[in-house]
Amino acid sequence: MDLVKLYVRSPPAVIGLVLLILVLAMAASADILYPRDPLALAGRPLIWPFSNPRFLLGTDNSGRDIAAQIFHGARISLLIGGVSTMISVMIGITIGALAGYYGAFVDTALMRVTEAFQTLPNFLLVLVLVAVFGSTITTVTVAIGIVSWPASARLTRAEFLSLRNREFVQVGRTLGLKDTRLIFGEILPNALPPVIVYASVVMAIAILLESALAFLKLSDPNVASWGNLIGAGRDVLRVQWYVSAIPGIAILVTVLAVSLVGQGLNDALNPRLKSR
Amino acid sequence: MRVLVLAGRRLAASIPTLFLILIGVFLLLQLAPGDTVDALMAQMGGGDAATARQLREFYGLDLSVWAQLGNYLWRLVRLDLGFSAIYGKPVATVIAERLPATILLMTASLSLAFFFGLILGVVAARGVNKWPDTLISTLGLMFYAMPTFWFGLMAIVVFSIYLQWLPAGGFEDITVSYTGLRRTLDIATHLVLPTLTLGLFYMAIYLRIMRGSMLEVLNLDFVRTARSKGMDETRVVVRHVLRNALLPMVTLIGLQAGTMLGGSVVVESVFSLPGLGRLAYESVIQRDLNTLLGIVFVSALLVIAVNFIVDLLYARLDPRITTGS
Repeated sequence: MDLVKLYVRSPPAVIGLVLLILVLAMAASADILYPRDPLALAGRPLIWPFSNPRFLLGTDNSGRDIAAQIFHGARISLLIGGVSTMISVMIGITIGALAGYYGAFVDTALMRVTEAFQTLPNFLLVLVLVAVFGSTITTVTVAIGIVSWPASARLTRAEFLSLRNREFVQVGRTLGLKDTRLIFGEILPNALPPVIVYASVVMAIAILLESALAFLKLSDPNVASWGNLIGAGRDVLRVQWYVSAIPGIAILVTVLAVSLVGQGLNDALNPRLKSR
Repeated sequence: MRVLVLAGRRLAASIPTLFLILIGVFLLLQLAPGDTVDALMAQMGGGDAATARQLREFYGLDLSVWAQLGNYLWRLVRLDLGFSAIYGKPVATVIAERLPATILLMTASLSLAFFFGLILGVVAARGVNKWPDTLISTLGLMFYAMPTFWFGLMAIVVFSIYLQWLPAGGFEDITVSYTGLRRTLDIATHLVLPTLTLGLFYMAIYLRIMRGSMLEVLNLDFVRTARSKGMDETRVVVRHVLRNALLPMVTLIGLQAGTMLGGSVVVESVFSLPGLGRLAYESVIQRDLNTLLGIVFVSALLVIAVNFIVDLLYARLDPRITTGS
């Protein structure tokens, strides 16, 4: 309850939460408000927003309803963002936990791999992965998850290093608990909070990565993704700039919401740092 | 001297990392559907199986994966990146042609991000929780949450299409051949929008870090001492706080070098700049795997080089790093 009180005290955090709920509502109501396929032809191409009540946000260059694509796009963005964040955090936690707990040569080896992932520009690796495995929504999601774990691994490792010799762990060891039990049952729950907060950053970046990939026409072309729409609108940018502008605002709002909620959670969990 | 030794040791430690990356990506690319010869045959408009076999033999693609990997690494040691069948040139040449645009773009964006991130971060920290701070922090959040390519497109709409102040893309005006200063100026005007597009996102990150680290340092004892000596606030900030608050910023340059290179893929595509990022994109589309691998190698080298410079800078800012430990 204290956490809620601390969270609500910060106006940006509340704004972030409201925006996030808005995006979630859009994703949830997409099928009810726009039951038709958002990628199907709906009307005359390039109708300006607010000029035709049937297409509130207008239509794009091939006559698809922009509003429908925005609503269905919310699902895709949240889905890809959420799942790839989960994949990335899971890889990060496992690698960070093993490196931090066992130390010595396990640590050295795993940190080398982490370093390799950090040295290689992550967008380049996504390009390579998509080139090799194709661009379906599954491969894109997994690819984004695979490139964005190093930071969570480092974070988890740092937590494990400071926790692994605490008394409660030593007690567990004396009781003869197995390593897996110590790692996942005892240390991990204590190491988790900063990693969870950091997950909001991973999710923000994942959403931006997917949209960039879709903009380059390297993401799944068969789903209504905001990035796809921006890419399509690029061909008519000179006059009908709204086709690209509207989905961009949707991405901006979503990423902003995720970041603000993450920041708010961070401040609520570490009240001492609030003044910063 | 000690600084160089220390940084040199870090540099040596990154060689295994480099090999790890190359071996990993090389093996990954073996899983790709189709090889260079397939791409080449498609470009020639097809051909019979005998020609394909001959070509594979010529490029050494008929060997086992491990033999190919060995060959590749051995050639790499001699700085030979192989041959790009698509461009009909050695990969090293193709990359060398594209490198200047990317390096220019990255240096310009990084300078913009660092410089303005520093100033805005200091301004925000000095008026913490007052309106300049709120304004700067909000602006920073906006730039952070904005997809860079979208910002680029909107900048084109405003500055190139409506106001017609700046060119919408390209590296230089190809209809007239300028030389000397005129050419430099021409390239500079072409790079304004790409630099803003790539730089503002990183500026948002830098200003946030700078603000936080300023606030932290401002509360330390030596700052109180400086103030109680009667030093005025500007001098306290410039001479005492800034140097210490800069450390996290410099660390960030090293951490962000890779992401920035990745970001240039998108920005170069938006503004059709002939850079390394766009080459990466094109080689993915054209399945020019040799070039792609070459780009991976060169980008990793770039990131390692940036980190080497960061190490040197770091030691310069904080002498404890070399004298201590």
